[in-house]
This record gives sequence, C-alpha cells and structure tokens, in this order.
Amino acid sequence: QDSTVNCTAEVLYHLGNKNIAPDVQFTLEGELKNTDEADNIFYNRIKSLEKELVAENIPDSHGNVPPEMEPIRLLAWVASGYVIWQNSTENTKFQLAQIKHVKQVKRSDEYLEFDYMILLHDMVSQEIIPWQMTVLWHPEHGVQVTQDSRQPKHVSG
Amino acid sequence: DQVFHIVTETFQQVQHLQHLCSALLLDLWKPQLPEDIGTGEDLHIRVPAPLVQEVKDSLDRHMISYKVLIPDLQKLVDQSMPKERSSHRQVPEGYIYTQYHPMEEIYQWMTQIQKNNSELVTQHYLGKTIENQEIYYLQISQPSDKTKKIIWMDCGIHAREWISPAFCQWFVKEILQNYKSDPKISRFLQNLDLYVLPVLNIDGYIYSWEKDRLWRKNRSPHMNGTCYGTDLNRNFNSSWGSVGVSYNCSSETFCGSGPESEPETRAVAQFIERKKSDILCYLTIHSYGQYILTPYGSTTKPPSNSEELMHVAEKAAAALMGKYGTSYKVGSTSLIYVNSNSGSSRDWAHMIGIPFSYTFELRDNGTHGFVLPVDQIQPTCEETM
Repeated sequence: QDSTVNCTAEVLYHLGNKNIAPDVQFTLEGELKNTDEADNIFYNRIKSLEKELVAENIPDSHGNVPPEMEPIRLLAWVASGYVIWQNSTENTKFQLAQIKHVKQVKRSDEYLEFDYMILLHDMVSQEIIPWQMTVLWHPEHGVQVTQDSRQPKHVSG
Repeated sequence: DQVFHIVTETFQQVQHLQHLCSALLLDLWKPQLPEDIGTGEDLHIRVPAPLVQEVKDSLDRHMISYKVLIPDLQKLVDQSMPKERSSHRQVPEGYIYTQYHPMEEIYQWMTQIQKNNSELVTQHYLGKTIENQEIYYLQISQPSDKTKKIIWMDCGIHAREWISPAFCQWFVKEILQNYKSDPKISRFLQNLDLYVLPVLNIDGYIYSWEKDRLWRKNRSPHMNGTCYGTDLNRNFNSSWGSVGVSYNCSSETFCGSGPESEPETRAVAQFIERKKSDILCYLTIHSYGQYILTPYGSTTKPPSNSEELMHVAEKAAAALMGKYGTSYKVGSTSLIYVNSNSGSSRDWAHMIGIPFSYTFELRDNGTHGFVLPVDQIQPTCEETM
C-alpha cells in the first residue's frame, strides 16, 4: 500500500547570519498515516527491557538493519532531521549516513531517552561528520532533541 | 604438452637428463626426483608444448632415444573429465552477484571469468596501487578482423561506494550470459570492445571492508604517515586543484600533491591516453545521488559537443526510469552540484578528446546513501544495465 504524501516546502537561508537555521514553511498534501499501534508496541517493548538497549552500526556495512532495530533507526532519522535543519546552509547537503552507536538512558518518567552517535554525510564537501545527539520520545509527545554536538573527526591511520 | 618415455643407458645420459630437467624445470613423472634417475630405467617426463622441440633436439644431440608416450596431454585430460553441464558460456558457478564481495573474491572472480569465457574475455594488468596491489581490467572483445572502438568503464574510484564495483561485476555477467541470445548485445559486440575495471581504488576498498566503511580516498600516506588518502577523482589533470578541492590531506576532497600524483590515477590515465583515439566512450561509476553527469565540473562553459552529450544522457535516464521508475537527473556537475569540482576523471577524459564521457551516480537519493542494502543491488544493476 502506497503511503506517499506530497510535501512542498519553502526554505529560506539567512544570507547575513549563517548561524541561524534556515526558515522552513511546508504544506502537506493529505494526511500522514496513523502509526499509533506500531508506536505503542515499540514503546512498551523498550519500557519492559531489563537492561538498557545498546546497539552499533545501524545499518551494518551491507545495509542490513535487524527488524527490531528499525524503530531505533527511524527515530534517529527523525532526530537527525532536526540536527540537519539547524545546521544547514546554502553550501551544505546533509544526509544521515549511519548510526555508529546508540545507548538507551533509563528514565524515571514516561519518556524514552536515547543517546546517539550518528554520522552525517555532507554531499557538498563529501565529509563524514560524527554528531552526538540526545533524543527524547513518547508516543503522544513526539520527538525532542534535547542536546546535540558536532564531534571532531576521528583521524584514523 | 607431451609426455616422453626415455630409457637411459649410460651414466652420462643420466647426468644430461638431470641437467635438462632442472634447467628447463621439466615435470618428472617417473621417477619423482631427478636424483632418483638411474641407468637402464624407465623415465617419464612431461614437456610443456613450447619446449617440445628444444627437448627433442637436446635428446638427439646426446643420442638419447625416446618415445612420445602421450602426444597430446590436454586431449587426454579433457576426455577423462565429465562434460560441462551446459554449452553456454559459464560464469563462475555460485558467484552471488546480489551480494557485496571483498577484494580477494573479486580477484578470484576475474580469473574465473577469463577462464570460463576465454574466447571473449582477457584480463589485463593496468598498474599497481600505492600499497602495491595489482590493478586489472577485463577486456570483452569478439574476435574480428576489424579494429573496433572501445567503451571504457571503471568502478570503485571511491572506496565507500560499494554498489559501484557490484555493478561492474553484474555488467560483465550480463554481457557474457546474454551476448549470444540478445540481439542488442550481440550487435554491440560486433562493433565495440568493452573494457571494464571492477575496482580502481583497491587499497581504499579493502580499507572500507576492514577498518572504515565510509572511507573514500586512496591510502597514500602524507605528512610522515600522520594523514592518509588522496581523492582520486580530484587528482586527474583537468584544471587540477582549481575548484571544489582541498589542499589539506585531512579533507575528503584532498586533490593530492599534484595532478596524477597517485599511482592509481596514473595507471588509468596512461592507458587511456595511449588508447584515446580508439575510445568512443568513457564511463565512471559512483554513488550515490542518481545522476548522469556530463563534463565539466570546473567551469560552466559547456563542452563542444554538449548537445549530443545531453541527448544521449537523457535517453539513458529515460531507459533507466522505464525499468523501475527510478529517476535520474542529467546535467553537468557545475550546474547540478552546489560546488563544482576539478580534477575529475570524467572531465579529463573529455578534455583529451574522448567524445562521450559520463559519471553515473547510482542509487540512492540519500535514504541509505553509501550503505545501500544488498536487496537493492539487483534492481539498481538491472535498471542501470
């Protein structure tokens, strides 16, 4: 079943101050499909884990993502969208390349918290940029990136 | 190859035969070792075809009598082997084209492909990488009395773009499996030779398997080994170092210490330069982005045959889309990319006179980027074919 919804957006880059995130106005033609059931299944599964979730290299070198990691990947995709938005200029073109590492942080409240180390690929400079981000999520309250910081490139020998 | 039967009579004959065996590295079947040759005993020696006359002459000169026990060894071997299952040209059985393969397997694959298709395929040495790995290309050429124009395709200039070498291997397989049955391919090969280089940046490719999946450049050391890698696709002598590059080794687009500073670049450039008057089309395969890129990247001034270049590229993009609906954008790098870039192999090929020069950026659009899942290998290759 095709759940493609068209979205048009107007992106305005600040030419003066390059440190301000671009302004984005968007219109959705139609409705996004309802994901309540899948969200709740994922939420309950993580909440009931005895040990905090830890994972590496999603996807792996061959592009594989184990099915139980797919929601983790999607969450990173959404959260990285925020990071990309905040850091884009007319001279960048970012994509999420890979999740290097993800660790769940146990919380006493109802939110799920994940500490991600992701790799962003900039199509323009071709650089791979490691980025740390702390992501909060709840099925009813959506996604929040509470902290993020660009990491120095690990210079390998 | 022939197998000789010799009976020695004198000690001098024994000595001579021992000398002959070790000097020509002959394959002694009986006895096993030269030192075990005795007088009055049977000798069986296998002599490779090119040495048969020389050995016969030498035996005659020393008055050593011989009989040819097996006049055609290969025929005997063939007769004793079970017949091949199909009369079609064989591709390596069990080679899975819908998986990514490490470099050792690609080397083995090339050897097998030539072996199984020797009337059409020859493997050629192009040069060495900075870490001394041998670079090979495959020539697919139907025997003919006329000289044919050449289509060159290289894959794997950038290490992390794994779908690119996967496509080169797929391409070879498709041609070899279908050239007899597919009239289009058959006509193609009557008029054109195909030269395919499955992996140019071998060191980088290996590094992306073993150490860093997202490595891009080659592995040349700089600054006393504290920094590695030149971007081979910024290293060609086409407005080298002028735009869209970095002069800093730690950058992904470091253009090297000078045009063609890298052995991998030189290996390709020297060959193409030598053959340029016969090369009709230069193709270089990358990922990702879904583009067919035309020259130039370093200037917005269009190449002399830009209309024709665009027309062919647009037809290619349309044909590609016809397969699975994948859309590819067509145009020159300087118009499509935010940044232009200099020193690319595609620009260089066109500048030295090759009329049709294209960079293909295969799937996808960024969802998976360089780490394209294996289940997309087949559709990507099929549509690009």
